[in-house]
Amino acid sequence: MADNTPALAADDGRRPTVIAEDLHIVYRVYGAGNRGNATAALRRMVRREPSRRVREVHAVRGVSFVAYRGEAIGLIGTNGSGKSTLLRAIAGLLPAERGRVFTDGQPSLLGVNAALMNDLTGERNVILGGLAMGMTRDQIRARYADIVDFSGINDKGDFISLPMRTYSSGMQARLRFSIAAAKDHDVLMIDEALATGDKKFQRRSEARVRELREEAGTVFLVSHNNRSIRNTCDRVLWLEKGELVMDGPTDQVLKAYEEETGK
Amino acid sequence: MSETTRESAPPRAVPLAELAARHGLTVSGARPSLPEYVRQLWGRRHFIVAFSRAKLMAQYGQAKLGQLWQVFTPLLNAFVYFLIFGLVLGGRAGMGNREYIPFLVTGVFVFTFTQASVLAGVKSISGNLGLVRALHFPRASLPIAFSLQQLQQLLYSMIILLVIVVGAGHYPGWTWFLILPALALQLIFNAGLAMAMARLGSNTPDLAQLMPFVLRTWMYASGVMFPLREMLEDRANAPSWVATVLEANPAAVYMDLVRYALIDSDTHNAIPATTWLWALGWAAVIGFGGFLFFWKAEEKYGRG
Repeated sequence: MADNTPALAADDGRRPTVIAEDLHIVYRVYGAGNRGNATAALRRMVRREPSRRVREVHAVRGVSFVAYRGEAIGLIGTNGSGKSTLLRAIAGLLPAERGRVFTDGQPSLLGVNAALMNDLTGERNVILGGLAMGMTRDQIRARYADIVDFSGINDKGDFISLPMRTYSSGMQARLRFSIAAAKDHDVLMIDEALATGDKKFQRRSEARVRELREEAGTVFLVSHNNRSIRNTCDRVLWLEKGELVMDGPTDQVLKAYEEETGK
Repeated sequence: MSETTRESAPPRAVPLAELAARHGLTVSGARPSLPEYVRQLWGRRHFIVAFSRAKLMAQYGQAKLGQLWQVFTPLLNAFVYFLIFGLVLGGRAGMGNREYIPFLVTGVFVFTFTQASVLAGVKSISGNLGLVRALHFPRASLPIAFSLQQLQQLLYSMIILLVIVVGAGHYPGWTWFLILPALALQLIFNAGLAMAMARLGSNTPDLAQLMPFVLRTWMYASGVMFPLREMLEDRANAPSWVATVLEANPAAVYMDLVRYALIDSDTHNAIPATTWLWALGWAAVIGFGGFLFFWKAEEKYGRG
């Protein structure tokens, strides 16, 4: 990491869409468990002492790469290797500790889970999720029927007008995916666990992802399923402990990865 | 470290930053300029309103009486304060029930508006990290949405308040319309304060533990359940400048304005023009200052 020379890349006429330059991401974790009472907090703040329980987790360590228009890039690595963190940093959702990410347009993460509220009806959640992703009211109105049909929530009766907490976990996941997939993106990032719901819904969602890929300029896919990486990606980044181990054509990297992990 | 960029045989290798500049790529997650930020925020106005309404609805989603709690909660609150300060401790300083009950209830509701906005504001970033880390939107949407949620809560409380005020024999007059500018200014003040607290709370989560104490102190120092000046000068023998200073504090200012608008009695029939100036000044300074302070760290929210 003491590598101060900037990474170089050839300007060979292809259009870059995402450039990561020596990117570092650090999470700060405040003490788990007992945090002390209000007077202790006051004392700490008055004395300007940092809390002793802060731990830093260096999740991404000096990653550099250039992604070009038309590429579908897979991210692989064992659990906790920094794949999801890297995606969020590219999307500009996590501030970089050091280094920078340059992007063409606004990359977006496929997912709206965090914006939805379980106590609200499915109907209200469709609207809230759409607005949270930056769609206008008109766009949501235009796509509302498609979203509900695609989710299949109403296949077994009028469930869209019930609170989301009454849904089965499969139904919740289907509705979330349907809302998230309703918007078009420039640079699209997909974080695994897409294959939710039953077989029928899995097939439908895979088809929708393919559509989204065709519309998007560049696609990033995080997955532990090497088959789906092989099916969709032409280039793979292999991360381990936050460092880029390998970057190259899918077959080559997957082969090395499979040898390493002993599969 | 494995520096693996794709090209090893460079036609003309350039540093990454230069490559980015050549193709017009911009830094991801950089802070937008202030006018651009305001424009983005305006673009998300529907989300802000929808989010605040959703939060309000979800609050009592599991209760059997449902949304009726929007009205019951402030009513019970006011009742408890009446029991303690009106009957047991005697904080009414000579006001009869006809004057004291509206005085107290107005104070409680108006102060709660600011109090709840601040409490929600402190946690608006740190408590919604999932949202901040998953989606793009100007982060000021969150503290603003929470202030709007409290405004809607206050409007429910206002129904109760107006019933109580009329029940106590204060009939609607032209001054009632003054509630609107007073609450509008208070909303701006609250939103600014919530944004400032949101930034502080995102760096120091401990503030969420501390704020209830600060707010309770603020409540007692603003004369929510008792007339401030009488209490300070007659009972505590404080010099009159203490009362003057405390009367200029924003919570006291907004409470005074609403009380003046609603209550029809000798002590509440005139209000110095300076109170309106204070209300305007607090809204402008805290509203704009809080927004600026929040925007300054826009790109940093989401860590922690």
